[in-house]
Parts: sequence; C-alpha cells; structure tokens
Amino acid sequence: MSCQTTQELIHAYVDGELDLARSLEVEQHMEQCEVCAIAYRNQIALRSALKDSSLYHSAPAGLQKRIRSSLRREAKSEVGRRLFGWRWLPVGALALVLLMALVVWRAVPGLRPSGDELLAQEIVSNHVRSLQLEGHRTDVISSDQHTVKPWFDGKLDFAPPVKDFSSQGFPLLGGRLEYLNNRAVAALIYQRQKHFINLYIWPAEPGNATGEVATKRQGYNLLSWTNSGMNFWAVSDLNAIELQEFARLVQQAQ
Amino acid sequence: MVDGVEYKQEERLQQQNKLASFETAVLPHLDAAYNLARWLTRNDADAEDVVQEAYLRAFRFFGGFHGEDGRAWLLGIVRNTTYTWMQHNRSPQLNMQLDDELHEVKSNDLNPEALLLQKADAKMLRQAVEELPLEFREVLVLRELDEMSYKQIAAVADLPLGTVMSRLARARKRLQQILVSHTQTEVLS
Repeated sequence: MSCQTTQELIHAYVDGELDLARSLEVEQHMEQCEVCAIAYRNQIALRSALKDSSLYHSAPAGLQKRIRSSLRREAKSEVGRRLFGWRWLPVGALALVLLMALVVWRAVPGLRPSGDELLAQEIVSNHVRSLQLEGHRTDVISSDQHTVKPWFDGKLDFAPPVKDFSSQGFPLLGGRLEYLNNRAVAALIYQRQKHFINLYIWPAEPGNATGEVATKRQGYNLLSWTNSGMNFWAVSDLNAIELQEFARLVQQAQ
Repeated sequence: MVDGVEYKQEERLQQQNKLASFETAVLPHLDAAYNLARWLTRNDADAEDVVQEAYLRAFRFFGGFHGEDGRAWLLGIVRNTTYTWMQHNRSPQLNMQLDDELHEVKSNDLNPEALLLQKADAKMLRQAVEELPLEFREVLVLRELDEMSYKQIAAVADLPLGTVMSRLARARKRLQQILVSHTQTEVLS
C-alpha cells in the first residue's frame, strides 16, 4: 500500500470504519513507514485531545422543561387543528362544490334556466297547488264574467280581460289572485270536461311582445302569448290541441 | 353532539400517546441536539432557540419516525433547523467556500512534536473548532463529540458516505493547521 492511499484511509482506520483486510494493510504499511505512523499518532492525539477537553455542550438547565411545555402546547393546538380539519372537511368540501356549481351555473348561459323557463316552472307549481287545495282553486266562484271581472277591481293594478267560453265547451269557473313573476297576477279557471285550465294574466312590458310558445312540463301543457299588452299563460293537463283551441278563443275575444 | 365529544376525547388521547412516545424516544437526545446546535451557531441563546424550534418540528414530523435511530433522526432536524435559522438571521457566512488551499500547511510539518498538543489547552482547542468552516465543523462534532458512525453522520448531514469520509479528513487537517498556527503564535508572543 502506498503512502498516499494510507494517508487517505487513515481517518477511516482511526474511526474504525475500515474493513478488516484494509485495516491490516494500513497497519502493515505503518510498521514500515514512519511518516504514516506519525500521521496516525497525530490523529490519535487530536482525537483524545478533543475528547478530554470537555468540548461537549450539554443542554442548559431549564431547556428541557421549556421544550416540554412548548410540546404540550403544540399537542393541544394539533388536537384543535385536526378536529377542525377532519370534522369540517366534508362540510367545507361540499360547500365549495356547491359554490363552484353555482358559479358555473350562473356563468354558463346554457345551464341557466331562462326567465321563461323559471316562470313556466313557477306556473306549473302554482297550477298544481291550486288543484290540490279545493278551496284555493278560486277566490271568486262564478261562471259569470261580469261577476269575476269586477272582483279584480282594486285588487290588481290592471283590468284583466275575463270572458266565459261555456258555449265553446270551456266554462269559466271563477278567478283568484296569484303572485307570480314577482307581481300580483290574475288567475282565471276554466274547465274542459274533467280538466281544469288556469289562465294567468298580467301586463306585458312594453315592446316585449312574444309569439305563442307551447311547452310541456311535468305532463302539463303550457301555452304563453302576448296580446293587447297582456301576458297570457295557460296551463292544463288538457292535451295540447285542445289547449291551443282554448288559447284561440281567448285571443279572438280580445 | 355526543359523538363529537367522544371524538374529541379520542383525539386528545391519541395526542397524549403521541406526546408520551415522542418524549420517550426523542427527549433523551436533548444534550446531543443542544451540542450540535451550539457548535453550529456558536452562541448559547441561538442554540436554545434553534433546539426548541427543532423539537417542535420533530414533534410535527413524528408520524414519519418509525423507531430507528432517534438521535440521528433528531440531529438531522436540528441541523436543518439551524441552517434555515441561519439563513434568516445571519450574514452569508454559510456560503463560505471550502477552500483547502487557504493556509495550506505541508503535511510533513505535521509531526506530533510540531502539533504541540500538550500546549493546546481546552480553550485553544474550542476556539480552533469554532474557527472551522461550518461544513467541516458539523462532521467533526458529530464524529468526535457524538461518536457517530459514518453512516449516521451521512444520515444527519444528508451526505453520501464517501463525502463524509473525505470531509472528515479535510476537517481534521484544517483543525491541525489552525492549532499549529495558534500554538506558533502563542510561542512567539
């Protein structure tokens, strides 16, 4: 073994990190080489000097106590953090998902129901409710248009056209007040055999006239149109053709 | 919310168990932690701050400790905490180069007689170690004062095994150089 290799390995040898074969080689070399033997003795001397000089810094008194109490505080706050984190994570995640869904729903026009769609929904709900509650179907029960029409006087800020179509097979049953589309509206109830028709009427916004629109929701047929400055929405479980027939009568009566 | 209360109690209990096993596994190495921090920072108050911070970090990471070498695990955290702390609180002495050419002493100057270790008292030795560049100081302290194996030092200082050996060799060489220059200065004065 050369002096250079020995000098390189001497630290590992001193530290006991050299395998047995290499250790023997280093020892053999040092027996013959005074320079390397001196280098070795240097390391041993340095090492024992370092060890004997009480260079070790022991922790000051009180540090352990301070660490213990800061650990205890940390443990407590971890409980708080985890309780909050774990228990409310699903709630938070759900809230976030809902919020994002709402944002997307509001931002993407295709996903957002138009005003008419919302209104159609509102009208179907109103129609169903009016049929469920026997007493709610009509506020004023009369087949006489001259009784029904004045009944709305003072209850609405407009005069809805009221006509009876008994002779055409659509007798007027009565009328009532409703609140739809953020305003008070007139609701007229007609009957066709066993079917009821609700006709909702309220003033149209100027210049907002639309043609006839037929839709179907939850099995109910809806028909809406604008005529003489009024919005008309007819809804019934009646078939679409007969409802159209009814709409024609209303339109022609204007 | 009965289940909430039970959950909280269970969570508390787990936390108490964690604290207890942490204190058993890690707290006994407080002296080693302080010794390393003290040698790296070279300041009592700084060392205390660093050790406290390191213990908090260790507690947070305790889930990742699987009962191997508690001392090496803790000292690794102490070392990292010290380095982070120094980056925030100290001048860029960290980036000091490992300049072996600086004050190079020929190896044949280093015979036991020239070293005058008998004259190198504790104070001088302490001063010499403190003068070592940080990277040398840490491997020397871990080896000579904590008597760690190369493998343990490699784990603590995050170094390859071969680098531990060569860095330790250079650290000792540098230490001898410093001691020689100090003893010579003292003899001359």
